[in-house]
Amino acid sequence: MLIELKNVTYTYSPGTAYEIHALKNINLSIPDGQFIGIIGHTGSGKSTLIQHFNALIRPTSGAVLYNGEDVWEENYNRKNLRSQVGLVFQYPEHQLFESDVLSDVCFGPMNQGLNREQAEEEAKKALLQVGFKEKNFRKSPFELSGGQKKRVAIAGVLAMNPKILILDEPTAGLDPKGRDEILDQIAELHSVRGITILLVSHSMEDVAKYVERLIVVNKGEIAFDNTPKEVFSHYKELETMGLAAPQITYIMHALRDRGLKVDPNATTISEAKEDILRALRESGSPLLKGGQAE
Amino acid sequence: MIRDITIGQYYPADSVIHRLDPRTKLAGTLIFIVSVFLFHTLPGYAVATVFLAAVIKISKIPVKFIFKGLKAIFLILLITMVFNMLLTPGEELWGFGIFHITREGVSMAVRMAIRLIYLVVGSSLMTLTTTPNQLTDGMEKSLRPLNRIHVPVHEIAMMMSIALRFIPILLEETDKIMKAQIARGADFESGNLIQKVKNMVPLLVPLFISAFRRANDLAMAMEARCYHGGSHRTQMKPLQYKRRDRLAYMALFLYFAVAVAFRAAGI
Repeated sequence: MLIELKNVTYTYSPGTAYEIHALKNINLSIPDGQFIGIIGHTGSGKSTLIQHFNALIRPTSGAVLYNGEDVWEENYNRKNLRSQVGLVFQYPEHQLFESDVLSDVCFGPMNQGLNREQAEEEAKKALLQVGFKEKNFRKSPFELSGGQKKRVAIAGVLAMNPKILILDEPTAGLDPKGRDEILDQIAELHSVRGITILLVSHSMEDVAKYVERLIVVNKGEIAFDNTPKEVFSHYKELETMGLAAPQITYIMHALRDRGLKVDPNATTISEAKEDILRALRESGSPLLKGGQAE
Repeated sequence: MIRDITIGQYYPADSVIHRLDPRTKLAGTLIFIVSVFLFHTLPGYAVATVFLAAVIKISKIPVKFIFKGLKAIFLILLITMVFNMLLTPGEELWGFGIFHITREGVSMAVRMAIRLIYLVVGSSLMTLTTTPNQLTDGMEKSLRPLNRIHVPVHEIAMMMSIALRFIPILLEETDKIMKAQIARGADFESGNLIQKVKNMVPLLVPLFISAFRRANDLAMAMEARCYHGGSHRTQMKPLQYKRRDRLAYMALFLYFAVAVAFRAAGI
């Protein structure tokens, strides 16, 4: 058991005209080693939620536990917590400040008390892990493209060797190729380094493809918390929250409505392909006669 | 933390004060500031207090919210009071080495404190009840006569409204950058002064870059909409005095007359 949220409520500017109840009585536990997706409409409270995981904001009421210890205890070492629970914000521009990429990534490890040499070692490892080319290590972070900035920002947190990595919309503003590359590298961090990943995303396709558990946040509450398949089977309810299932789920539902016996809960394209082929074979469809359905 | 700064913030509420013409509120604030310096005795301050309390009451802004803004000037207030107490010559009340607290000093310190607090509360009351846009509109219209002597009133007003508009944006940005750096183990609290200043670099660099980028984007967006300043611009909501403004002006002049009378009578 790593992070646990107990009856967490968060209110912005309580007692004024600006009062907003961002989170309402959230109970959640994040065990070791999962790859979790968090989705929610803009303003649903998901950004507020993830900032509770590394004690950046203090809940108005309720408790946040890390390995069973209350992180808001008087003497709790929150700095240490933040190096275990890495949080990468949406905009890399908010954290890049050094004159070259390598120094910028060193910032985190050096705050952990490493000397420059050790920090550089960690930084190089992290940069290579997110697919950042060594020849660009000495470039200014401000002259990089959006995708490269994002990589540097992720590496900046990764270099601190966190046990949990939380990424707020890591793919926002990237082209499809860059998006796939970054997501693949994140998935690799999960499978190779065994880091617990929390991926906040708008894209249903992304989360369907990668995560094993999906948390849907709506109006400050957790609407669903289950496998992506299970969650997407509620696609009608998701739509009322301003969300949707992956497009392929809609296609599968439409195919079934037309009489093809497919499983409508397929959430990724490859899964859907297999299932459609199977259904076509079983129904002896003339489409497969040539044997060249691919 | 940083969201708690209330000076220059707008507080939405439905009150007569909110609906007043910004020019009325500007004049009102000016009159109030002058009156705070006209009054110099306790009965005088009592009148100012009653006036201020009445306006706060009508404005429907929680008193707590107004006084939160005073936190920011607490230090200035303290220093002013201490200096006034120690450095005003007169009848000595208490002495220790080179420090002498005098009767005149204490009364001066109290007066200064009241004036400072009233100045801040009075002017924050204006910004709390007026949106930055209204405020600059009001200023532009009030100062328009200066156009004749080639003061670029519209440009000044536009710059002011942009500056005001950017305060909350940059505050929010600061908050986000701070969080992003704290997440990377940055420390903005501990250490000695030099250490603290050094620790600000990871905050200030992204903040400056973002401010320049935003300014650039805004200039571009304005140009794309063919903005080019003053003379022939019309307004979507031209300012017009209403009945409530005339009533407000009457109340203000009455109050000002009292202030002048108090001063003249030496009360």
